[in-house]
Amino acid sequence: MSTEITTDVVVIGAGPCGLFAAFELGLLDLKCHFIDILDRPGGQCAELYPEKPIYDIPGFPVVTGQDLTDNLMAQIAPFAPEFHFNRMVNSIEKQEDGSFKLETDADEIFHAKVVVIAAGGGSFQPKRPPVEGIEAFENKSVFYSVRKMDDFRDQDVVIVGGGDSALDWTLNLQPIVRSLTLVHRRDAFKAAPASVNKMKEMVAEGKINFLLGQIGKLDGENGQINHVHLTTDAGDLSVPATRLLPFFGLTMKLGPVADWGLELNDNTIKVDTEKFETSVPGIFAIGDINWYPGKLKLILSGFHEAALMAQAAKKIVSPDERVVFQYTTSSTKLQKKLGVA
Amino acid sequence: MKIQVTDQAGDVHELEGLEGWRAMEVIRDWGLNIKAECGGALSCATCHVYVDKDWMDAVGAPSDEEEDMLDSVGDVRSNSRLSCQILMSDALDGLKLTLAPSAAKD
Repeated sequence: MSTEITTDVVVIGAGPCGLFAAFELGLLDLKCHFIDILDRPGGQCAELYPEKPIYDIPGFPVVTGQDLTDNLMAQIAPFAPEFHFNRMVNSIEKQEDGSFKLETDADEIFHAKVVVIAAGGGSFQPKRPPVEGIEAFENKSVFYSVRKMDDFRDQDVVIVGGGDSALDWTLNLQPIVRSLTLVHRRDAFKAAPASVNKMKEMVAEGKINFLLGQIGKLDGENGQINHVHLTTDAGDLSVPATRLLPFFGLTMKLGPVADWGLELNDNTIKVDTEKFETSVPGIFAIGDINWYPGKLKLILSGFHEAALMAQAAKKIVSPDERVVFQYTTSSTKLQKKLGVA
Repeated sequence: MKIQVTDQAGDVHELEGLEGWRAMEVIRDWGLNIKAECGGALSCATCHVYVDKDWMDAVGAPSDEEEDMLDSVGDVRSNSRLSCQILMSDALDGLKLTLAPSAAKD
């Protein structure tokens, strides 16, 4: 049975602009639920450069992606937004009363009067290796994650990559597979040293094969692979395989957003510059995912967009309420909401 | 200063390379098919290029961190580099690069 959640606003994407939107919406008494494909807040900042310094956030001469995320989380804490991680919004449907029904891939249904898309460059999805025809095998014999270990039992498994995912699944799957080959382009690994050492022990014991190389092409039919061809320094090799697990990390794709009937500009969503509303009234887009003449893909632009979006969202959620613009420096009402007065 | 970039379709483009810019920034600014997802933070490998063999010495070797990022694409060659790590200077006037398939936008 689906879980049903009713709220004022659903924010899709918990990156910095989405998080700050919760602050601006919170000042206007609007309750937020976040949906994000990642397992934690921060979006691109947390996923791509948690340790990298950012120099153009007002008031911070320098701040890392993770510290910015942590500070934003502290800033929005008084409004207690709720987070739903590890899920993707599959569909958004406008209801007769003007509200929206959103369905996620985690079998949840959200009802909201306003939807804010703050999905940055899109949703993070596994990188597909540039192998011709690989799409035909995906989710049948080629997988980018292990959801059920039993799908790999007694199979000839080829794992490609040199990071933690590749090494972790090499160690975890080895006891249940028929054969396991780990393929990496070089003899240096980004994974935890303990995992690398354990893998090397297994290679020495003959429990797994390790090959230096890259995937060339796949053989098989009806979605089932039977051989993986590898390009190696010593020439091309063919390895029997019934399951392939490429672990090349994540990349951003627009994903289902493209199917929601919103007017797009290339891979971004067209918005106005008064409210940052999309072509569908009640659906807003802020941050790197939106487009308007003069758009700059900067976090600070997204913060500005969040503030204007919130004013417009309030009018949709509470059409009869008169909203007086107030400053947090002087308004005791706002300070009470923030828990400082 | 010029750089010559061959795109994924095989078309050759001569671009104006500005001193102090990254090759990635030049290629992106010109609107070629390069995703450059992280914007130059050495965190994504979506600005992957192949350096012409004659220019390998001038460009220099990738750092360990860059090698780690190159692990995240499946079309690495011995002349692979991330173009966000190639800093344009007079010594690179005439540089020849080819965009890797893995650098393409979706």
